Formats: sequence, structure tokens, C-alpha cells
Amino acid sequence: MRAGLGAVRRSSRFQYGGVFMSRGKSSRAGRFAVIGVPYLWLIVFFLLPFLVILKISLSEMEGVAFGNLLTWKEGVMQLTLKFSNYLFIVQDELYFKTYLSSVRYAAVTTVICLAIGYPFAYFMARAERRFQPVLLMLVMLPFWTSFLLRVYAWKGLLSEHGWVYNVIVFLGLDHVLATGGLISAPGQLMNTSFSLSVGMVYTYLPFMILPLYANLSKMDLRLLEAAADLGANPWVAFWTVTVPLSKAGIIAGSMLVFIPCIGEYVIPELLGGPETLMIGRVMWDEFFSNNDWPIASTVAAVMVLLIIVPLAIFNKYEAEAQEGSR
Amino acid sequence: MGSSSFLQIQNVVKDFDGYKAVNNVSIDIEKGEIFALLGPSGCGKSTLLRMLGGFETVTSGRILLNGKDLADMPPYDCPINMMFQSYALFPHLTVWDNIAFGLRREKMPKDKIAEQVEAMLKLTQLGKFAKRKPHQLSGGQQQRVALARSLAKKPQLLLLDEPLGALDKKLREETQIELVNIIENVGVTCVMVTHDQEEAMTMSTRIGVMSAGQILQIGTPSEMYETPANRFVAGFVGNVNLMEGVLAHDAPDHVVIDCADCKHYVGHGITGTEGMDVTVALRPEKIRLSTTKPEGEHNMASGKVKEKAYFGAWTVYRIELPSGMILKVNESNTERHAEDALTWGDTAWASWSPSAQVVLTS
Repeated sequence: MRAGLGAVRRSSRFQYGGVFMSRGKSSRAGRFAVIGVPYLWLIVFFLLPFLVILKISLSEMEGVAFGNLLTWKEGVMQLTLKFSNYLFIVQDELYFKTYLSSVRYAAVTTVICLAIGYPFAYFMARAERRFQPVLLMLVMLPFWTSFLLRVYAWKGLLSEHGWVYNVIVFLGLDHVLATGGLISAPGQLMNTSFSLSVGMVYTYLPFMILPLYANLSKMDLRLLEAAADLGANPWVAFWTVTVPLSKAGIIAGSMLVFIPCIGEYVIPELLGGPETLMIGRVMWDEFFSNNDWPIASTVAAVMVLLIIVPLAIFNKYEAEAQEGSR
Repeated sequence: MGSSSFLQIQNVVKDFDGYKAVNNVSIDIEKGEIFALLGPSGCGKSTLLRMLGGFETVTSGRILLNGKDLADMPPYDCPINMMFQSYALFPHLTVWDNIAFGLRREKMPKDKIAEQVEAMLKLTQLGKFAKRKPHQLSGGQQQRVALARSLAKKPQLLLLDEPLGALDKKLREETQIELVNIIENVGVTCVMVTHDQEEAMTMSTRIGVMSAGQILQIGTPSEMYETPANRFVAGFVGNVNLMEGVLAHDAPDHVVIDCADCKHYVGHGITGTEGMDVTVALRPEKIRLSTTKPEGEHNMASGKVKEKAYFGAWTVYRIELPSGMILKVNESNTERHAEDALTWGDTAWASWSPSAQVVLTS
């Protein structure tokens, strides 16, 4: 009797274990599927193309075809890496200048977006609850029109007799911009640093506002009361509590603006001018005007590495720092 | 008292769009007191505390601290600090920086700040956690950081909003005593808000029970418990049996009250007239149980033991009286293995002394 009971109990436990096992397996498979799909997407559409580009940048031209990096001849395996393209872009000043100028435009755009976007996101997050969906809608509304059309529209607004042009000239702001070196001469707004920056800030502002809004609207407002209670006036409380706590939002927004800005092609093409060097345009010219694929690939590979390496280091550092503040 | 009190709350009203969250409240609080505002949620106690902290404006009435009207001081420039409910510690700052936050706003020299922060860390025994961020601390440690932060500026008045609400029961009991020790050590006057009557009783020197925006009674913990002013206070502070009855006989030194299940003989006079409806409040621990009928005809009732719960130090009985009323009785277990212990279904006699009851007329 006793033994029988024990056997029953043991077998039921065994079954129980079995159920657990299979559930564990299926959930792990599900997890792999969920994580795997985006990774597959990234591998197919980002990593593989990048490797192709990297290979082109390192390979010898054989007529119109690219040579193989690995060759097998009479039992000898040979790895040929041609670095002359890299040497070339290091030696030619144009590329260095263009990289620098791209980073500068991207940085300026990010700073301006932050300066406009932060107060905007702040007041949106602090607005009455019932108005917030409407305000959010207004931020996202531009996405309903094609990006290309909106950039084209700026062409109309900023060229002679466009109404933005008229307002700026009427207020005499073009003289200020000209002294600042942002436009070549008063009355000449298009195809300048100014028009390029306006276009980039306009386009990327929502990408700054949305993560900031998400961050600021989550903030615990009692922290501001605590700051006030401890003697911080609203201005001090903003800088010592609100801003440090929204660091994650500031970083996310800045990344979303800065990274695409560096490689931006359409906006410099439509709103930029001869002086506004951007790496995206140089790449396009190398690929499709000069048909020099190895150099173009080199430029692209260097750009990706220049963005990704600092970003990866920064992210790692941030992840460690974030662990402390959450 | 003589001259005016340290903190005077005078006819304070807070009106939220026609809803009076705080309705004509007046309290005088002396220096060094720990005063508890006790009441159910939504009774206005938190609103009153927030007005003391300067987070809400007073619709009418005045709050005077040391004779000075609080309305003339902005919240960041007033000698009152608050320990917030669930603490509101700055998550991006270390324990040290959290405590130093208020001192840094005073343009205090660096070494003075360090000195004061160290003193606070020592007071709350947080020394070894100084470098940690709030999320790396347990609930009890966070509570001590919040206390240290609110005491760092040496406030004249400390406000505690549900100071132990975020802690679990066992920790709460330990912390109550620790918190009172620290507050008394510093000697700061304290106003706390709580919905937990036990917390109010153990921690405060005086309690003000609030309901629907008004103060119902103010007194020491024992006054609140033994002589509640009305049914609400009797029911809210501790456990109580409330019996409806009619004042049958009114003499200067005693009264008799007829209830459905018993006749009460109360050994003191009350202000009332014969025939009026009154409520008799009887605390469960003031009732004795026996299996046989006691002597006399007053202050006793019999019924069936409906429920019995053993708590170690005492046993709680629920006795069903003939009218259907459930009488709660706490009996302390003075003996082990009491032979005549009552059990489920037994008929029991409950009796109490003439000084056990409180007669409530409102």
C-alpha cells in the first residue's frame, strides 16, 4: 500500500517535470524566434551588404570585375587586401574635410533640435492630460507627407519670393546670417549652410521630441516637490533634477538625430550648395558619377566605422552608468 | 499655554472647485510634539499636510509658525521640511548627494555641508551606504535616507506623509520606534499623516482624527482610545463593539441604557435626557467570558460562540447575541491549557464592569 502510494506520487511528479520541460523548450524556441527575426533582418540587409562593401573596398580591380580576396593557386592560398583606397582617402584632404563637415552639420543640427525640442517636449509632457494626444499628433503630422515633398517645399519657401524668404529679408535677418557666414550674401538663402541646417532641423526635430516626451512624461513630479521642499527654486530644480533624470531621453533623441544626419544625402542635395560638403553626397558622386566603386566603398566603410565604433563604446559606458541611475 | 502655540492652524479651508477637502480646521501644536493626523483616505489629512508644506495654497484661514504666516513664505524658503510618501528620493543621486541636496541650495561652505551630511548619516546609521544610489537600498534604508534628507536642513517643523506606508508589517513595527527615537533625539516638532491607527498611537504625542475634511477629536492616544468623542472615532481608533440603545434612567452618578441584548449600567453621568437614542461603545478586551451566568442583571449578555481565533497571547471570540449582533471579545490567555476554554457552539456569558463602556451621543 505504502509502496504503491509512493510509486503513484513519484510518477505524477515525473509527469509534472515532463510538462515543465516541454514548456521550457517551446518558450525558448519562441524567444529565439522573436529575437531571431530582427537579427536575421539586420544580417541580411545590413551586415551582408556592409561586408560586400568592405570587400569591394579591399579588392583589386580586374578589368570591370572585382578580384577575389582569397585565391587558390597551385596549392597556395593567397589573401590579397588592397589598402591603397584607404591610403588614398587619408591622403586626399577632400575626404577628411567632408567627414569633418558632415559631423559638424550633424552636431549643429542635433544641438539646435535639442534646444528647440527640449522645451517643446517639456511643456507637452506637463500640459493637461487631455491636450497631450493632440499635441503629440501635431508633432507626428508631418510624417503624413512624403519626406521628399517636405524638403522640396523648403526650396520654395527659401528661394526668392518664397514667404519665409520674404519675412527674413523684410526683417533684415539675411544681413545677420551673411555676417555670420551662414549664407554667401544677403538675399541669397538657398543652397547655403543656412538652408541646409534649416532643412535638417526641420526634418529631424520630431525624432528629438518623441523620445524626450516619452521620458519627461514618465517623470515622477513629486521629485520636483521634494526639490522645492529642500530649497530649490523652480529653475534650480529643473537643472538639478529634471535635466539629469531626462538624460536617457536626451541621449536617445540626440542619437536619432545625429546618426542619420551624418550620412544624410537628400537634404544636402536639395537644399545644400557647393560649400556644404556632406559625406552622403560625396559617396553618391563616387558611386554613380565617377563610377569608382572601390573608393566609394572605402568612403562608406570608413563612415560606418567612424559612427559605429564611438557609438558602441559610448553605449557600453552608458549602459553601465544607467544601471546606477535606474 | 499662556502665549500662542508653536504651530497654529486657524480655521483653515481648502476648496477644490467647490469641494471642501479641508473644512474649517483649527489645531494648535506645541514645540517638540509629534502630532498625528489620522483618518481614512480622502479625509483631507494629506491636503492639510501639503498646505503646511506650502505645496497647496490655503483658501481661507491662516497657518502660523512661530507667529509668522506661512502664506508669506515660498516653499523653497521656509523652515519646514517634508518626508514624502514613498520618499521621493532623487534616483540619479547617491545617498550622500540626496542628503546634501538641501544644504547645497543654501550656499553653505563645502566643509560645513560635509560635516552636516556625515552627522545625518551617523544619526540614521547609513554611513556605509553613502555612495549607493537609492535603488540599491532596501525599503527601510530608503526610509532612513528620506528622513536624513528632510532633517539635514535642521527644520523647525518636520512633516511626515505616511512615513511607514511603504514598509511591510514587521519592519514597520521596528521602524516606528527607531523613527520616534531619531525625531526625539533631534527635538524637532513633527506633524505626520497616517491612516494606520496603530502607527498613530505608538508614534505620536497627540492625535487628530479627521473625517470628511473636519477634525472630529484631538487628544492623546489613550484619550482617543478610552474616551472617544463619537462613533466615528470609536470605530476608527481600535476595535470596538457598538450597541444602539435608549437612555432608560439618568442619574447624576450613573445611567442605565436599554439595548436589544442587554441593559447597560454605566458608572458615570452623561449629558442627555431620558428616552434619547445613544450608542454604547465597548472595547473587546474589556469583556470577560464565562460559562455560567454572573451575578446581577446589568452589563451582561449571553450568546453562542460563533468564531474563535487563537493569537497566542490572546484569543478573539465572536459571540452571536440573540438580536444577531456579533460581540467581539478579546481574552488574554493567562493560563496554559485552560480546561474550561470555550469552543465553537458553546453558550457563553459575556460581562463587563460599569466603567468599561463609553456612551456616545453623536
